[in-house]
Amino acid sequence: MTRPTSNAAPPRRALDQTDERLRQSEGVAGALASFVRSMRAGDVGALPVIIGLVVICAIFQSLNSVFLSSGNLVNLTLDSCAVGIISLGIVCVLLVGEIDLSVGSVSGFSAAVVAVLFVRHGWNWILACVVACAIAVAIGLLFGVLLTRFGMPSFVSSLAGLLAFLGLQLAILGDQGSVNLPFDSTLVGFAQLDFVPAWLSYLLAGLAALAVFLAGYETRLRRRKANLSARSINALIVRSLALLVGLEAFFWYLNRSRGVGWMVVFFVALVLLLNYGITRTKWGRSLLAVGGNVEAARRSGINVRNIYLSAFMLCSLLACVGGILAAGRLASANLSSGTGDVNLNAIAAAVIGGTSLFGGRGSAFSALLGTLVIASIASGLTLLNLDSSYRFVITGLVLAVAVAIDSLARKSRASHGRA
Amino acid sequence: MDTMPQVSPTNRKTALLSMRGVTKTFGAVNALTDIDLDVEAGEVVAIVGDNGAGKSTLVKVLAGVHQPDAGTITFDGSPVQIPDPSAAIHLGVATVFQDLALCENLSVVDNLFLGREISPMRLDETGMEVKAWELLQQLSARIPTVRIAIASLSGGQRQTVAIARSLLGDPKIIVLDEPTAALGVAQTAEVLDLIERLRERGLGVVMVSHNMEDVRAVADRIIVLRLGRNNGEFDAVSVTSEDVVAAITGATDNVVTRRRDRVAGSREDAPAGHVVPTEESTDKGEVR
Repeated sequence: MTRPTSNAAPPRRALDQTDERLRQSEGVAGALASFVRSMRAGDVGALPVIIGLVVICAIFQSLNSVFLSSGNLVNLTLDSCAVGIISLGIVCVLLVGEIDLSVGSVSGFSAAVVAVLFVRHGWNWILACVVACAIAVAIGLLFGVLLTRFGMPSFVSSLAGLLAFLGLQLAILGDQGSVNLPFDSTLVGFAQLDFVPAWLSYLLAGLAALAVFLAGYETRLRRRKANLSARSINALIVRSLALLVGLEAFFWYLNRSRGVGWMVVFFVALVLLLNYGITRTKWGRSLLAVGGNVEAARRSGINVRNIYLSAFMLCSLLACVGGILAAGRLASANLSSGTGDVNLNAIAAAVIGGTSLFGGRGSAFSALLGTLVIASIASGLTLLNLDSSYRFVITGLVLAVAVAIDSLARKSRASHGRA
Repeated sequence: MDTMPQVSPTNRKTALLSMRGVTKTFGAVNALTDIDLDVEAGEVVAIVGDNGAGKSTLVKVLAGVHQPDAGTITFDGSPVQIPDPSAAIHLGVATVFQDLALCENLSVVDNLFLGREISPMRLDETGMEVKAWELLQQLSARIPTVRIAIASLSGGQRQTVAIARSLLGDPKIIVLDEPTAALGVAQTAEVLDLIERLRERGLGVVMVSHNMEDVRAVADRIIVLRLGRNNGEFDAVSVTSEDVVAAITGATDNVVTRRRDRVAGSREDAPAGHVVPTEESTDKGEVR
């Protein structure tokens, strides 16, 4: 070619943009346009739950101005953690198209194990936690084996587990029925009293935004190098900046009161870790494949049995961790730990957040967002001095709306030819 | 059946895969009895037969889903066992089942690399996408974007993705179970084109089909199964449809043969040119 390249030669299309049927979208405007397009097609993602969260906050704030105060938000974030972590486990089993109804009992049972070993028998708290986690993993393994070896539906096996482990919890706690954890213990401190220093919280927010930017930039470089289309650099900057400003503002607001709890950081770290596991590892891809089409997954050479086992084990493990943190938050393990609405809140949170009950669709963030919705409702109604009857009714309604939105979105996706 | 123009299996020495005397029973039912099958590299072998002829069982034996009760399978000159599906893939026999076995909730790239992702702990999405495009372009597949979920694709596109996926393991033989069933005209042509390209790549293709037109369009040899037994092997270029249909149905007295006899008879009686043997002429016209 003798023609100078700068001279209006048509830009070479990226490898994945060669088909003339594809719509081209570039830059920030293009990113926005394609976002709107996928929304209209029913690929709503996390938007409904975010809108729902905003609406809930607006309603409660108008009814009681304490709701959005720093102090209440700090409490709200701390309250979300235990159920949120249990809900993360639920996301794992929902992704493979199964369910675990025993998470509440397992969390209460684990809390009882830790409390009894730690307080009554004087064990090291770390050792007590490790033992509780090991037992929980064994419980998950049991559910998995019942499903994969005996073909027992997880709905039934975990329902049996719900009763059995509740019984074990009562047996372990004994006649006294309650074990108080000492206030100066690390566990209670972690769940109630320890907060991230203000400077560190701002630094963490900055690092998070930087990480998002760098990861996006690296992906962009790699895709450009491979001649694939890539997200525009401006869209990336806008995203990272929005995250930076949002997080810093949120942390600043929380820091006006007690601040960001270490438990919250731990919860968010677990969410990010699980999100990485689901989206960026072979294991996560296998979870989605098993949830989408078991037979296809099996024929692709995926060890379906191990995937089921891993999902149930992780679910029970996370239920155990959530139960221990709940005990720390209350500074006690008692007969009511993990009972009542813990089970259903954890499942409802995952579903409200957008994880499909039928497997193959969902994300770790759905546990985070769904838990925030449920915790907001609980917190708001407590501030209004309404008793738990209202809380159950309203949480139930929100769950129904969330599932209805999911069903409508699924229909829309089907008619727009999306999965 | 002795009158059929058969090609003796023993004439072929270079077969990549050969089955000899393969037998499979399910309880009291002999699904396969003494089946012989040879597949060479760069050859399309069509397996045809009526319902219950044992086509699917044969495919499942090749794929390692079922194990034969008797008989030998030789691959690349050495006797082999295919105890499970992964052994078949390891051997170099890739099977695309009729139900395709794709995850509709996952994208084209995800499905292509399912079970053999690049760098399992930190998925190399870019690398997989590039490879997916290369593969699809080699097959001249018309898929607009590989980041789209399988649910959005047409039947032909799904078949293409399923075939492309089976090629990723670098197989020597690819087994297609009813690849054109439930496809439209254009999509069928697309898949048949794809089969031609597989042959050009030097792959041995085993194609199970009901559709005689599709079989005659791409196959080199036609193997007829009837009630679990070999019932004739034909050169796809020279054979007539009636011969194949006769072998499939196993009957010398059916509507096809009766009409052929009628036509042949009337040709002898009538002066040349008066009777146009339509069936014969259309069939001859199709022979290449």
